[in-house]
Amino acid sequence: MDVFFESIKVMGLGMLGIFIVISVFYAMIVLLGKVFPAKGNNL
Amino acid sequence: MSLVNALYDFFLTMGFSAITWQEIVMLLISFVLIYLALVKGFEPLLLLPIAFGMLLANLPLAGLNAEPIYEIVTNPITGEHTHKMVDSGGLLYWLYRGVKLGIYPPLIFLGVGAMTDFGPLIANPRSILLGAAAQFGIFTTFIGALALNFVPGLGFTIPEAASIGIIGGADGPTAIYITAKLAPHLLGPIAVAAYSYMALVPLIQPPIMKALTTKEEREIVMEQLRPVSKLERIVFPVLVTVVVSLVLPAAASLVGMLMLGNLLREAATMQSTLNRLMKTAEGELMNIVVIFLGTTVGATANGELFLSPSTLAIIFLGLAAFSVGTATGVVFGKVMSKMTGGKVNPLIGSAGVSAVPMAARVSQRVGQEANPSNFLLMHAMGPNVAGVIGSAVAAGVLLSMCNI
Repeated sequence: MDVFFESIKVMGLGMLGIFIVISVFYAMIVLLGKVFPAKGNNL
Repeated sequence: MSLVNALYDFFLTMGFSAITWQEIVMLLISFVLIYLALVKGFEPLLLLPIAFGMLLANLPLAGLNAEPIYEIVTNPITGEHTHKMVDSGGLLYWLYRGVKLGIYPPLIFLGVGAMTDFGPLIANPRSILLGAAAQFGIFTTFIGALALNFVPGLGFTIPEAASIGIIGGADGPTAIYITAKLAPHLLGPIAVAAYSYMALVPLIQPPIMKALTTKEEREIVMEQLRPVSKLERIVFPVLVTVVVSLVLPAAASLVGMLMLGNLLREAATMQSTLNRLMKTAEGELMNIVVIFLGTTVGATANGELFLSPSTLAIIFLGLAAFSVGTATGVVFGKVMSKMTGGKVNPLIGSAGVSAVPMAARVSQRVGQEANPSNFLLMHAMGPNVAGVIGSAVAAGVLLSMCNI
């Protein structure tokens, strides 16, 4: 049972960690778009 | 009589005399995998070397996986002990060092980075959140693997459960990287499961995507993506590398090489001399590493280890990981669709499981079934490449949490 509760903790912290890192990327990409806006060149 | 003895001695040197039933079964499995790779086209680039590695490793007496043998030699004058190599070991033993030391997966990521356009992700940063949501399958499978400890005869440790869970990231190199570090004895079944399910993405994902979305949601047409400047493309891989290395050092080798490959790709348009490096990263180097990686990983599928209840459990858990990852990606896509007033088609969420570019193509195909004029491919490429980053981040998180 201890292992199960430990795994729940790993899951919670793991997903939280992923979302924190990915949110940093999100903020970074938004910032990039503001700092270096596209001037007509396409994808 | 001496002729009979000679023939008998000769027979003893043949593989036939030493083959076990487990090796025969493994040879048959390798034949099936070769068939699936060649005839059915299931991830042939990796499945064929894996299958052939499996074949080589289960040929008795060939000694391709044999470890080198050293003897200790004592200098009669100084009394100093030195090691002298008596047997140099098998070819696959040495090639496997690249897996064990974690060299091949980051090199594959270098090639993937050189081949991947991050433009759709930069143009629609929200899609990176879908790449994070789809990693949920990794952790639910992690719990599922540990829950199997209640089943008699089955049992996984926390590092083993983490290695099984990472199959849900739908990212072969990451699965191999993590497993080689946390549970190397499970490398064979996990690699085979990961690549088999990646090949089966077009069969596994559509029923889940359709079950979780309404026809109206599948018909949503997304706005055209904004243009992305050259500077954004150049700065993005550099910034991501710095951020990942500072926030999650355990993921630095995977994400760093992915971003180096991508930087070569983008910089090659500015400095034509870099074109050579980009072509090498996405071409010859990638191909060489794929051959080494596939063959040596396949060669870990030793009959005695592979043919066990835990392999069946891994195959089952891998499917669960994939399915849950797809489902959470779609559900998060639905949430995003509601929050944006219907501007996001939830089908692109399933592409967050990685498996580039097949998962994005599946989103495109299912979307076009609902609305033939819909074109979701570029929109799905955002979550798809975010899935690559997400699974590498998940790998780093698991490595950190398992204290490796």
